[in-house]
Amino acid sequence: MTATRVPRRDHAVATRRSSFSAGDRVFRAVSVTAATVVLVAMAAIAVFLVIRSVPAIRQDTTNFLTTRAWLPEEARPIFGIAALLFHTVVTSALAMIIAVPVAVGVALFTTFYAPRRLSAGLGYLVDLLAAVPSVIYGLWGFFFLAPNITGLTLWLSRWLGWTGIVHYRLNNTPNNLSDLTAGVVLAIMILPIVSSITREVFRQVPRDQVEAALAIGATRWEMIRTAVLPFGRSGVVSAAILGLGRALGETLAVAIILAPAYTISVHLTEGGGITFASNIALKYSEASELGIGALLGSGLCLFAITLGVNFGAQLLIRRRKEA
Amino acid sequence: MAMSIDVSGLNAYYGKFLAVRDVSITIEPRSVTAFIGPSGCGKSTVLRSLNRMHEVIPGARVEGKVLLDGEDIYGPNIDPVNVRRTIGMVFQRPNPFPTMSIFHNVAAGLRLAGTHRKSELQDVVERSLRGANLWNEVKDRLSKPGGGLSGGQQQRLCIARAIAVQPQVLLMDEPCSALDPISTLAIEDLIDELKSTYTIVIVTHNMQQAARVSDRTAFFNIAGFGEPGELIEYDDTSTIFSRPSNKQTEEYITGRFG
Amino acid sequence: MSALPPIPAHPVTPAQPGLALPAALTGRRLPSWAPPAVTAGAVAVAGLLFAATPLQGRAGFVVVTALLSVGSQTALSFAVEGRRRAVDRMFSAFVYASFAVAAVPLVLILWYTVLRGIGAINLRFLTVSMFRVNPDNPGGGIYHAIVGTLEQAALATLMAAPIGVLAAVYLVEYGRRQPFARAVSFFVDVMTGVPSIVAGLFIYALWILTLGFQKSGFAGSLALFILMLPVVIRATEEMLKLVPAELREAAYALGVPKWRTILRVVLPTALAGIVTGITLGVARIMGETAPLLLLVGTNSRIETNPFASTDAQRLQEALPTFIYEQFRDAVGNPDTPAAQRAWGAALTLIALIMLLTGLARLIARLARVRG
Repeated sequence: MTATRVPRRDHAVATRRSSFSAGDRVFRAVSVTAATVVLVAMAAIAVFLVIRSVPAIRQDTTNFLTTRAWLPEEARPIFGIAALLFHTVVTSALAMIIAVPVAVGVALFTTFYAPRRLSAGLGYLVDLLAAVPSVIYGLWGFFFLAPNITGLTLWLSRWLGWTGIVHYRLNNTPNNLSDLTAGVVLAIMILPIVSSITREVFRQVPRDQVEAALAIGATRWEMIRTAVLPFGRSGVVSAAILGLGRALGETLAVAIILAPAYTISVHLTEGGGITFASNIALKYSEASELGIGALLGSGLCLFAITLGVNFGAQLLIRRRKEA
Repeated sequence: MAMSIDVSGLNAYYGKFLAVRDVSITIEPRSVTAFIGPSGCGKSTVLRSLNRMHEVIPGARVEGKVLLDGEDIYGPNIDPVNVRRTIGMVFQRPNPFPTMSIFHNVAAGLRLAGTHRKSELQDVVERSLRGANLWNEVKDRLSKPGGGLSGGQQQRLCIARAIAVQPQVLLMDEPCSALDPISTLAIEDLIDELKSTYTIVIVTHNMQQAARVSDRTAFFNIAGFGEPGELIEYDDTSTIFSRPSNKQTEEYITGRFG
Repeated sequence: MSALPPIPAHPVTPAQPGLALPAALTGRRLPSWAPPAVTAGAVAVAGLLFAATPLQGRAGFVVVTALLSVGSQTALSFAVEGRRRAVDRMFSAFVYASFAVAAVPLVLILWYTVLRGIGAINLRFLTVSMFRVNPDNPGGGIYHAIVGTLEQAALATLMAAPIGVLAAVYLVEYGRRQPFARAVSFFVDVMTGVPSIVAGLFIYALWILTLGFQKSGFAGSLALFILMLPVVIRATEEMLKLVPAELREAAYALGVPKWRTILRVVLPTALAGIVTGITLGVARIMGETAPLLLLVGTNSRIETNPFASTDAQRLQEALPTFIYEQFRDAVGNPDTPAAQRAWGAALTLIALIMLLTGLARLIARLARVRG
């Protein structure tokens, strides 16, 4: 039926081609421009952070990378990212250690353990965690979690204090405005994204692989170990890295919970610490011009780190898709 | 080795949908039984009910009895894991584990069962690959991934994987439908050899194949879309294809529908 | 590969007697009442432990009970059912436990927010501002913050939705397999990971330091736009990919040019999904605090013009910054009026976001039924 019509239509197209292709050219140009916004924005973030922070970093009288203090308002400005980097890494690492195994467990639960009718609803429930704004996580961590985990941290200090990392030194108030509390809250915050990506990866495990494992007499766990985990390993890793990216840049929750302290200490349960993001949130309002420049410099470092992390995750995901 | 299967009053559901109604059938040990019928007639569902693979689909369930040498595989205290080890299965599309080598694919079932002694695994892998007529083709590349084989070789690898755990029964769900004619012939030859050791049930939509490989044939049909599948006729293969007693069977094998 | 496999000279080897495999279908299994019984036992033992030793605390009790229950079930299963079943049970316990571990904080956060916030919320709280209210005294409301949040989110959406949808149209309809499109697609995903504070700093460096503008609601919207854009692009892209190719081909066959096909056929088909994606993007940016702190500032008065920025009297407020401001005024004391206002605003914000998320799901579901 169409076969007889097509030639006539083709003729019509031919006579009106110029106007059609003009419309197409315009529409294509507009959509290309929109797509270019993404690249321009990413480049502009890097460019503007660099040109606005380099003059300030030049005025730093110490090494920007190894100094702990953040005193850009002094007559001889002293500021560096050592403490920021340390606590950013520590809190994010804690968050990963807690969140990733739990997230994998949740993803397995919703894909292979929960009754079918339940699993969609339960997945939605965990996704709701992602909708809670970070400032509310901060309030909750400060007012609820910190006072309520004192028992745990005292217990840790008493029985696992020998490890050093959970030990309260003398004269230290266990107020739990610490790396540990911040790490736990970050873990809760990144859990939904890690578990929802992992869940999607597990859902893509080919049905015939699952059945192949079951048919040779695998128990449910053996089926997961044989068919699901090998298939999903790189997906889980990239989900974890994306979660790490979130944790590294999280601002308000950490700014509220972590009592600011520009020190480096391995005592995770003791109060005090500062991250890239929380430092910016806490210092911007009193910052001088130089101070703003210094904060932009630390923001540039944070941008570079998260960019690297996300780059890695995306490369991993893409390689997986193409494989 | 090799056990008989005695199905009575089998109903299979997907959620609320009754896919197969009231199937009763007796399958002799050391024979090849073919399930034939038009698409959607429930022959694969019945097959998957024979080793409790039907229930791994969310919402799917089975009613009725499936006796394996007199023991009901749906009875209380039955471990489906043991059922599936006793009744192996080969699927429509070859599905070797892509991350495992040829060797580990065949050894997978034994390793799960706790056999880790290298010499023992090597014995079983060689015996199973020989049993699946694949040994000579792959003996020099056992450490290569199973996904690198041709489709027909992959399917024989899956058969080797299934017989490595020494099942009593081998279920095959359209094992040749994704293969070329030459690979199909290789699998059919293999089935002929395997039936001296195992009870084999094969689902096929290829009537010539059923006629070539099977001793007994069961014909399934549905009354219409949305209706449950039923067992129409079950008899010696030669009888089914020469003098079917049911009119539907006759119409199907003479190609009037399906 | 040879066409026909060589047929072995020897017959298929029968089973070796040395290789004992379970012929029995019945595994020895724990009766179904065993797990609850063991758990009950664990509760009892934990109770004894907590009564007799200095152990204390509700959370500790739950943890000890869970460990006891899982440990003894695994041991029992190992003794009765063997290693494989025991391992299976242990990992099942891990999977169930991790779901519980994930669900508990959600319930706690929502419960705590509702508990603290519900008392603060009334009609007056939602309809007045903080103008001339001393932060240390009770009273005042969040109307000005709600206005600011809605306007800033709307402005960000007005920018992000068209640009995002058009960019996705390019990626799916024009750029398939082109290197430029692959680069854009890659950076869309990388952009999703830009921390909100970095987006705030960027707009600060560009809009305020370089272009010389003042803080304003609109400056905040610009940062929110940066955060929202990749979400919209990705969601739209997924939806456009779902539009069947036959639909496009049918239109082309009728001689409809590509751009009209996209506008008249492709986009309307995917519309509900796109709207869902945009709504989820709005829900995501509505709770963002960090960029607004840098770019919008705070104000106790109602300011309906998001572009107003002549002086501090005419800045906009937003719900997240309001919450943070009240938190700082409360100086760590949960019973101050400021802390109560912070919780009231937090509950309002969560309600707004969940409303949007629910709406998005509803649209998605309706669309699926129709399609």
